[in-house]
Amino acid sequence: MLSKGLKRKREEEEEEKEALAVDAWWLDPSHPAVAQAPPAVASSSLFDLSVLKLHHSLRQSEPDLRHLVLVVNTLRRIQASMVPTASLPPVPSVPAAPGMADNLLASSDAALSASMASLLEDLSHIEGLSQAPQPLADEGPPGRPTGGAPPGLGALDLLGPATGCLLDDGLEGLFEDIDTSMYDSELWAPASEGLKPGPEDGPVKEQAPELDEAELDYLMDVLVGTQALERPPGPGR
Amino acid sequence: MNYPDESTYGTKADIISTVEFNHTGELLATGDKGGRVVIFQREQESKNQVHRRGEYNVYSTFQSHEPEFDYLKSLEIEEKINKIRWLPQQNAAYFLLSTNDKTVKLWKVSERDKRPEGYNLKDEEGRLRDPATITTLRVPVLRPMDLMVEATPRRVFANAHTYHINSISVNSDYETYMSADDLRINLWNFEITNQSFNIVDIKPANMEELTEVITAAEFHPHHCNTFVYSSSKGTIRLCDMRASALCDRHTKFFEEPEDPSNRSFFSEIISSISDVKFSHSGRYIMTRDYLTVKVWDLNMENRPIETYQVHDYLRSKLCSLYENDCIFDKFECVWNGSDSVIMTGSYNNFFRMFDRNTKRDVTLEASRENSKPRAILKPRKVCVGGKRRKDEISVDSLDFSKKILHTAWHPSENIIAVAATNNLYIFQDKVN
Repeated sequence: MLSKGLKRKREEEEEEKEALAVDAWWLDPSHPAVAQAPPAVASSSLFDLSVLKLHHSLRQSEPDLRHLVLVVNTLRRIQASMVPTASLPPVPSVPAAPGMADNLLASSDAALSASMASLLEDLSHIEGLSQAPQPLADEGPPGRPTGGAPPGLGALDLLGPATGCLLDDGLEGLFEDIDTSMYDSELWAPASEGLKPGPEDGPVKEQAPELDEAELDYLMDVLVGTQALERPPGPGR
Repeated sequence: MNYPDESTYGTKADIISTVEFNHTGELLATGDKGGRVVIFQREQESKNQVHRRGEYNVYSTFQSHEPEFDYLKSLEIEEKINKIRWLPQQNAAYFLLSTNDKTVKLWKVSERDKRPEGYNLKDEEGRLRDPATITTLRVPVLRPMDLMVEATPRRVFANAHTYHINSISVNSDYETYMSADDLRINLWNFEITNQSFNIVDIKPANMEELTEVITAAEFHPHHCNTFVYSSSKGTIRLCDMRASALCDRHTKFFEEPEDPSNRSFFSEIISSISDVKFSHSGRYIMTRDYLTVKVWDLNMENRPIETYQVHDYLRSKLCSLYENDCIFDKFECVWNGSDSVIMTGSYNNFFRMFDRNTKRDVTLEASRENSKPRAILKPRKVCVGGKRRKDEISVDSLDFSKKILHTAWHPSENIIAVAATNNLYIFQDKVN
């Protein structure tokens, strides 16, 4: 069941021989070089594999959030190891050839920022839809995801700062989870990632507008539809 | 440690997704990927055959959850049973909670062994009699009938979880329970199905900032105000519901500092906790991450008091296990009744037991090929390098599709249930 890509052999002699191999030396935690230094540059295959997993995870109709979060965090670690920053210790004996490293960084930037930005935005989109009131109910009135204060539960303090009585939750609660960050320009050039916003903006934006309009229409319908219920009917409505 | 003998029950149907003994150990429930629940009941021990321990036979089978369609998101909701938890028995009927990704249900399982006979207006086949032909009145009597076990859904707790439910836990007050999904934990009263209280919410305002999810949660066995939940980053938070309505601020925070010599790109994934269980005493919690089982003292937050290696030979294979997604497998762990032994599953249908007192451990295998009923299980060993002995199996020969994720231990006796894909194995201590 183990992948053929695994180069590590169990015998120690061979492990030492492969000490400076490009791909997998950093995987062996018992290796003296690794024990003394943090893992340096990840192989591009591991990076690609992680991006593939991320794509695959998000293509699921309902992504496994734990899997997604773990893959994203791992991808961030890999990416952080590829991008030299002042805070990282000097990278010891980088296995990749210098020319290859530059190409790696350039392609990884583009791939990563495009992937992560669009894919995380997809996730937010799923969330935005899911927070609209659910028409399905097994029994009783359609419940809100978080309930208000039913009578008769006595001493339990239900009026916390964020949750409150039903009235507060009523309108705002419907929209609290709709993520409007897709409309923020910062999304397309996440400074926190430490990446250069640049050529990758183009391809991402090309894909986005179609999606945006549909979402926007949908959201507007929800907003207008709900507000119509709240306001008393006025002239011209 | 006694090596158990084996009784095998093949369910054949679907992949078993949860296993749970009830509080007396008389019943054992399994849930599967097809949404079915099968309950086994232990035979009463007969006086004539004292040496033969009570075996478990099928008691009831019912369809708990059906596949559903969420019209808003155009998504199908799986019927797979993620967890079953029993309520303590308070009358003749048995109650259990079963949950899939979105909906928790309370089921009542009851016996019927009598039926009324001698109706006036109906004949024995149930056909209505012409009242004009009735000349005498009689009182219907209850007569014995073949035992019938029926399961009826008593409550359905729906529409409270946006994300996938991973845990349910019955509170020691027996009036409330909690359900936990990836980002939120809700508290329910058994009598109220249309409302629940949100007691933990770790969803960030901006989903892009999401870096951690809830992986398991459980109530303290005695203190009804206390519960713990674990995360994908290897942390455990203990919360007190008396402190505030929303328990986003923990009372205790358990985390072991990362071992720098074991650091890799997969450190976070393997630290993700897949199960958390209070000891029966309530003094300890046990957590399972990918490679180890850890026991924590509630009074010491900075590191576990015990760490057991489940299959450390996989540490050098993490890249492959990442590639084939095995690294994301979620193994459960269980305590025995006296909290002296802990058990968890592994690959190749192996499962491991650790004796906390003697510090001895054993690897056993749940498979029909290697054991016959009543046979004594032989300890197994994985060979990690060098010469492989006759009975050992090498790491590269392990079958990673045969994973034991779910196990259960009888509350007071040495009887264990081990789910191996779609087969259930029940092992009992050998009686001399």
